[in-house]
Amino acid sequence: MSTPEVTVIQDIRPLIAFVAPLLGVIGIVWAGEKRKNLRETFTFLVASIQATVVLSMVPLLLSGTIVEFHIWQMFTHVPLLLRVDGFGLLFACVASLLWIATTVYSIGYMRGLHEHAQTRFYAFFAISLSATIGVAFSANLLTIYFFYEMLSVSTFPLVTHMQDKEARTGGRTYLGYLLFTSLCILLPALSWCYVWLDDGNVAMDFLADTGKVGNFSETTQIILLILFTFGFAKAGIMPLHSWLPGAMVAPTPVSALLHAVAVVKVGVFCVVRVYSDIFGTEVLQQLDGEDWMIGLACATILISSLIALSQDNLKRRLAFSTIGQLGYVILGATLATQQGIGGSVLHIAMHACGKITLFFCAGAIFVASGKKYVSELRGLGRKMPVTMGAFMIGSLSVIGLPPLGGFVSKWYLALGALDRGATWVVFVLLISSLLNVFYLLPVAVTAFFRNPADDSGSEIKEAPMACVIPLSITAIGCFVLFFISGPLVSMVGITD
Amino acid sequence: MENAIAWIFIFPLFGSVACAILGISNRKICYPIAVLSMAGSLWAGIETLRQVLSANDHTVSYLFGGWTLDAYPRGVGIEFHADILGILITLVVLGVGFLVSLYSKLPVEEETPGKEPLFYTLFLLQVTGLAGICLTGDAFNLYVLIEVAALTGYGLIAIGSNRAAAATFNYLILGTIGASLYLLGVGYIYIKTGTLNMVGIHDIIVAQGLADSATMQVAFVLVGVGILIKMAFFPFHAWLPNAYCNAPTTTSSLLAPLVTKVMIYVMIRMVLSVFGVEFSFESTLWTDVLPWLVVVAIVCAAVMALAQREIKRMLSYLIVAEVGYMVGGVWIYNYYGLIGSIFHVISDACMTLCLFLGAGLILRKAKTTHFDGLRGLFTKMPLTMTGFFIGGFSIIGLPPTCGFFSKWYLITGGMVSQRWEYMIVLMFSTMVMVVLFFRMIERIHLAVSESGENLGHGHGDLGLTDQQTRFDEGPLSMLIPLLLASAVVLVVGIYNQEVVSLIEIFLSDFNLPRGEGIE
Repeated sequence: MSTPEVTVIQDIRPLIAFVAPLLGVIGIVWAGEKRKNLRETFTFLVASIQATVVLSMVPLLLSGTIVEFHIWQMFTHVPLLLRVDGFGLLFACVASLLWIATTVYSIGYMRGLHEHAQTRFYAFFAISLSATIGVAFSANLLTIYFFYEMLSVSTFPLVTHMQDKEARTGGRTYLGYLLFTSLCILLPALSWCYVWLDDGNVAMDFLADTGKVGNFSETTQIILLILFTFGFAKAGIMPLHSWLPGAMVAPTPVSALLHAVAVVKVGVFCVVRVYSDIFGTEVLQQLDGEDWMIGLACATILISSLIALSQDNLKRRLAFSTIGQLGYVILGATLATQQGIGGSVLHIAMHACGKITLFFCAGAIFVASGKKYVSELRGLGRKMPVTMGAFMIGSLSVIGLPPLGGFVSKWYLALGALDRGATWVVFVLLISSLLNVFYLLPVAVTAFFRNPADDSGSEIKEAPMACVIPLSITAIGCFVLFFISGPLVSMVGITD
Repeated sequence: MENAIAWIFIFPLFGSVACAILGISNRKICYPIAVLSMAGSLWAGIETLRQVLSANDHTVSYLFGGWTLDAYPRGVGIEFHADILGILITLVVLGVGFLVSLYSKLPVEEETPGKEPLFYTLFLLQVTGLAGICLTGDAFNLYVLIEVAALTGYGLIAIGSNRAAAATFNYLILGTIGASLYLLGVGYIYIKTGTLNMVGIHDIIVAQGLADSATMQVAFVLVGVGILIKMAFFPFHAWLPNAYCNAPTTTSSLLAPLVTKVMIYVMIRMVLSVFGVEFSFESTLWTDVLPWLVVVAIVCAAVMALAQREIKRMLSYLIVAEVGYMVGGVWIYNYYGLIGSIFHVISDACMTLCLFLGAGLILRKAKTTHFDGLRGLFTKMPLTMTGFFIGGFSIIGLPPTCGFFSKWYLITGGMVSQRWEYMIVLMFSTMVMVVLFFRMIERIHLAVSESGENLGHGHGDLGLTDQQTRFDEGPLSMLIPLLLASAVVLVVGIYNQEVVSLIEIFLSDFNLPRGEGIE
């Protein structure tokens, strides 16, 4: 994504956005369990600082300025370099804004359930968000790998938060998949690029090295493509998706922000980066066998949607829905057209807002009623109208109806498919939207329109305000994203 | 200071003598003497590094006893010859020695009461021997210093329990065989070249074209196998786990990071500087054979490490696997592999130190290093566990610890030489290390027994008494060295570019393949 007249300036702001949460950890640990309110103030404060700093770079970017910050020289030719471009900034905005919402929500959720070790929870949450911003602003492959690993490790204590048997199983699957792929699949691919891209004299830079992979032989290109696609297992592409349902043992704020927004989106973001900025659209379109990747993404979308249909546990259903939606993002990248890739980056933002709403609702339902299964939700809509209303909006956005954000990104994905000349992909998109309808709408419909089997649970009412307010805001956000999609579209570099 | 390189040895050598003499009347004085001599020696080492870097040919030479090198072949008399590689490894030795000497106060008093003078005498001699190995420019003198280090090592291990004495005997047998083979090889070299000076040997090999000489080939094999035995390369590793597990805490913290690594240094020195690149890599079969032995070594050591249920024993097998990494890095024969090997010598010393210091603290507080006794240690001693796991993450190879960067260069080396078997085995052992360390984290962090039953009542209850989970850190004199060591692991990782650029200066003298022009 290189626009002709860009000016590059050196500025410390990307680093502040990355470091602020790390400094916040000190405050969080210092405040500790005894000064809960102070601790949460710290979390809220660093989240706000991060969001402010990230947002302050939007006008710069829209005026054609790219902000860079050189942290230090990591390898002989490869610096640890932060750069704020359209893709990264959009992702960073989404992650940091939703972190604020999640902070408020966590207060309601964690206190409502009297969870243990909340200090640890908030501390590692902050570290995870720091790593997420790092990924968003990374300017080359090694920088992105660095933050990617930081995220894998820092989320482990969050996934195993309950410290029991299920947590152990979930945690093992989680780390097993993520570290196996990053250390054994991704690292060789990086090493390959380091040695042979541009005669070993290479920065692996997303701006400078686009398309140089084209010098390799076809077989090498395909192998590299496969290694990169599967190496970022956080993207949840099948068959490397099972860690995500396993990670649902974590408290809901973690599932909401990390396993619907930060962690999984980091995975797909990395894949998009590699496809668009290391391979480049031209190389990919010429590459025979790249169509298989499109097929793989489509298979992931359809299969995961079918699995989601059969899940009764609400969080697991949402997890499989997430895998399907991540498939959309990968699909956009594999289409290798300007609109496809732009659409996939948009989808990161649109899906984030919709899916976090759904998870917030699932958590709010659990806090208010202790219910985890879709079949238990009958009649809940009347007792928790705001929550279930928000769930409805979130569902519609994920399905992709106007005037909600999800529509915009799906629209560009379809356009991208047509550009590539893959008409069948449009049908896959349609079928999958239908499947989305089948597995998401019944949740809200059951809650609103079916009467409860018995009178138990008549004392249920809305979750604490700290839970309800964030989920209402993100639900409204789904509308807002539709109406501000103009600047977003230009941010991701789609030119009509 | 003019002769800083000599001061590196004078401090610990005379320190050990002082310990032996003054310790008779006052046992308490040994600890400060040891710390001060290590600090002095470390300072002299840094000074020497500065001199090496400012010298034109990046070497500093010191002739003991005023001999000259004018005679041909070069070298009558003992030369100490510091180039960049030598002084880097020396600094690692001195740094580790300094941190361990700081750490040693309580463990030595408690584990070997009454033997402090003896212990510190051996300790300082050990460091002298190891530092000497790294700086000597003379092949026979190298043998002497290897024996100095080995003999003091036997003493340091045997000073502990009775089981340690038995383990020492094992070590003694294998160590002596290794050293004897090395000496035999040096004899062959002397017959053929007429000199013992390392630079001189190399000059003559080049000048007289000795690459095809059968005598030199035999010498190469003898020296090489001797060194492999001394560095505990699988299958010559049997002495190592028992020796390090049963040794006193301080001893294992000193020997585990250094002994095997210094022997790797000797191998690199012999291969590059003494026999030369053409001789070692082109006219012997080692480049074909050794990588496959490395594969076997790493797999076996990793699997054996998996089977252990005790921290120090597990770490010992990890060391054996790491030795495989470094030997492989040398014999895949290319520029990146050698950078990786040399950098891994440095980083492995740092992280092994971190882990053994941590294990010592765990042993002291939890009274056991068995996996079953670890539950709840994060709440009990958070700083210790943080330090310990920084070392663990480095062994796994997670950025930004130094272990990541050394592994990165090793993998890149395998890539350049297209030794896929070496790369795959590196991946395999990486995954084993992930299992090893995260299994420990699980044991510490979760309230689940090994067979998978919940031990607590949920909500973070670990099924322990308040007494067992109360904050109770180790003593500062042990904690600070651990935290310093873990900081070094991070700093060496973050500033790896500085270290690697020094290694690159060293390697620029040698004609190594870099794997250009492959698509």
